[in-house]
Amino acid sequence: MAVLVIADHDGKALRDATHKTVAAATALSPDIDVLVLGQGARGVADAAARISGVRKVRLAESEALGHMIAEAVQAAVVPLMDEYEAVLTPSTSSGKNFAPRIAAALDVAVVSDVVEIVDGSTFVRPIYAGNALETIRSADARKVITVRPTVFKAQAEGGSAAVETVEPGADPGKARFVSEEVMQSARPELGAARIVVSGGRALGSAEEFEKVIEPLADRLGAAVGASRAAVDAGYAPNDYQVGQTGKVVAPDLYVAVGISGAIQHLAGMKDSKVIVAINKDPDAPIFQVADYGLVADYKTAVPELMEELGKIGK
Amino acid sequence: MKILTPVKRVLDYNVKARVKADQSGVDLANVKMSMNPFDEIAVEEAVRLKEKGVASEVVAVSIGVQQCQETLRTALAMGADKAVLVVTDEDLEPLNAAKALKAVVEAQKPDMVLMGKQAIDGDNNATGQMLAALLGWPQATFASKVEVEGGKARVTREVDGGLQTLEVDLPAVITTDLRLNEPRYASLPNIMKARTKPMETRQLAELGVELKPHLQVLKVTEPPKRKAGVKVESAADLVMKLKNEAGVL
Repeated sequence: MAVLVIADHDGKALRDATHKTVAAATALSPDIDVLVLGQGARGVADAAARISGVRKVRLAESEALGHMIAEAVQAAVVPLMDEYEAVLTPSTSSGKNFAPRIAAALDVAVVSDVVEIVDGSTFVRPIYAGNALETIRSADARKVITVRPTVFKAQAEGGSAAVETVEPGADPGKARFVSEEVMQSARPELGAARIVVSGGRALGSAEEFEKVIEPLADRLGAAVGASRAAVDAGYAPNDYQVGQTGKVVAPDLYVAVGISGAIQHLAGMKDSKVIVAINKDPDAPIFQVADYGLVADYKTAVPELMEELGKIGK
Repeated sequence: MKILTPVKRVLDYNVKARVKADQSGVDLANVKMSMNPFDEIAVEEAVRLKEKGVASEVVAVSIGVQQCQETLRTALAMGADKAVLVVTDEDLEPLNAAKALKAVVEAQKPDMVLMGKQAIDGDNNATGQMLAALLGWPQATFASKVEVEGGKARVTREVDGGLQTLEVDLPAVITTDLRLNEPRYASLPNIMKARTKPMETRQLAELGVELKPHLQVLKVTEPPKRKAGVKVESAADLVMKLKNEAGVL
C-alpha cells in the first residue's frame, strides 16, 4: 500500500527536510505521494513533483493550512488515510505539533523522531535526550511517523509527478492564527546549514556572543547555534538552541566555542560529520566527541582562527 | 476557571540514563526520580494564573505507580489545590496516557489542560496533542506565553525560525516550552501545607477506559559512541587539518 509524506515548506519554497522524508519513506513503500498543505502553495507543490520517486503530489489549501493549524491539518489528512498505510513528516516543530493529533484521530500510536527504519513496522528512535535508542514495533495497521530529517540522505530531484488538488477538510475554527515573528537572517538555516558555529556559556554575555560567534560564522558562511546554557543565560535567542530540547543538527562541520558539552547539547550535534571544539578546560566533555580539539581561551583562539582562515582565502 | 495539570514522574534530569545490560530498558532502580521539568513549568504557569485571579482551581493529576504521590505532593507544594493519582504499574504509551487523561478530564471538567510539551524519558512530544484530538479541543503547543481573557487563550508558541501566536477557544490543551517561566522552589511551609491538601487515588481500571498496546519496545540500546579525535596545537594547525585532512573548508 502507498505512503503519504506531508511536505515541509515555508509557504514559498519546499524545504530539504521533505526530500529527506521521502527518502525515509522509500523504506516503507515504492508508492509515495506528497501532500502539500498551505495557502498559495502551488509553487511548493510543483517543486515537490520534481522529487524523484514521487507518484503524485496532492495540494490542499486554506487560510488555516497556510499557518499549519493542527486542527486544520487533522481535518485535511485524516480523510485521505484510507488510501495509505503510513503518513510521514519531518519532526520539525510543525510536524511534532500536528502528527500526534492525526494519530489520535486514527486511534493509532505516533512513532516520533525516527532515526532508522528497520522494517515496515519496526523503528529506532532516541529516548532520554539521545542517551538511549529504543527499537519499537508498531502493531497499528496505519502508521503515523515523524522522522528526524538530519539522519536521512535527501532524495534526488528529477521526477515529474502530477499535481492534484484535494479538499482542505472542515477546520473547526477553534484555534486561530494571530501573528508570527520570523527571525530574519541572511545566514543559512540552522537545521540545514553545511557549517554551524555555536557558542556556549563561556562567552559570558550577549555582546560577546555577537562579537565573537557571529563574525566567525559569517566568515565560514555558517549558521549560528548556541548551547542551552547560553540561551538560558540570555546570550542567544531560543531558536539558536542546539540540543535535544532545541534543534538537532548534522552539518559537515560543527564548531563549538566555549561549550562544555552537556549531554543534552551532544544529543543535538553528535551526528555532525566533523566536530571542532575550542575550550580552555581540557577536561570538558565536548572533547570526547570532537574530531579536532583546541585547548585554548576563545578570546585568543577565535581571532587567531579568523586570521588563519584569512590566509587560506576564507 | 479550572486548570488540570498532568504531571509525570521521570528520571531526574540531572541523572544520566543508563541502559540495562539485558537491553530491556533504562535502569530506574535506586535512582532519583522527579517531576518532568516541562510539567513543572506547566504547574508553575497554572499557579501563576491562579495568583493573578484568572484561575480559581488547579488540579494536578499523575498516572503511574504509588510513588507518583511524591510528584503530586510537589505540585501541591508549588500551589496546586488538589491532586488525582491514577494508579497503574504499566508504563503507558502516549495514546493510552491521553485516553486515561481524557477520562480524568471528563470527571474534573477543567477549562484548560496545561502540561509539558514532552516527558524527558520517552521524548515523544505527543500526549498533549493526542488528548486535544480525543477531546475535540483546540491545542496550542510549545507555549512561551499564555494570556487568558474572555473564554479564550492567546498563546505564543516557539516554532522553528521564530514565534507564532494563536488564539484558542477554551477549553483547550496547552503544552509548555522551556521559556514560559522559571518554576519556583516550594517553601518549607508550603511543603508542610501540601501534606494536608486532598489527594484522590483511583485505579486505572476504575476509569473504564479500554487500553490496548500499540507500541512494543523490542530493545533499548546505548547509542553508538563517537570516538574522540585529536588535540590540535594552534589555530593554524586546526585550519590546516580542516582543509587538508577533513576537507571541510
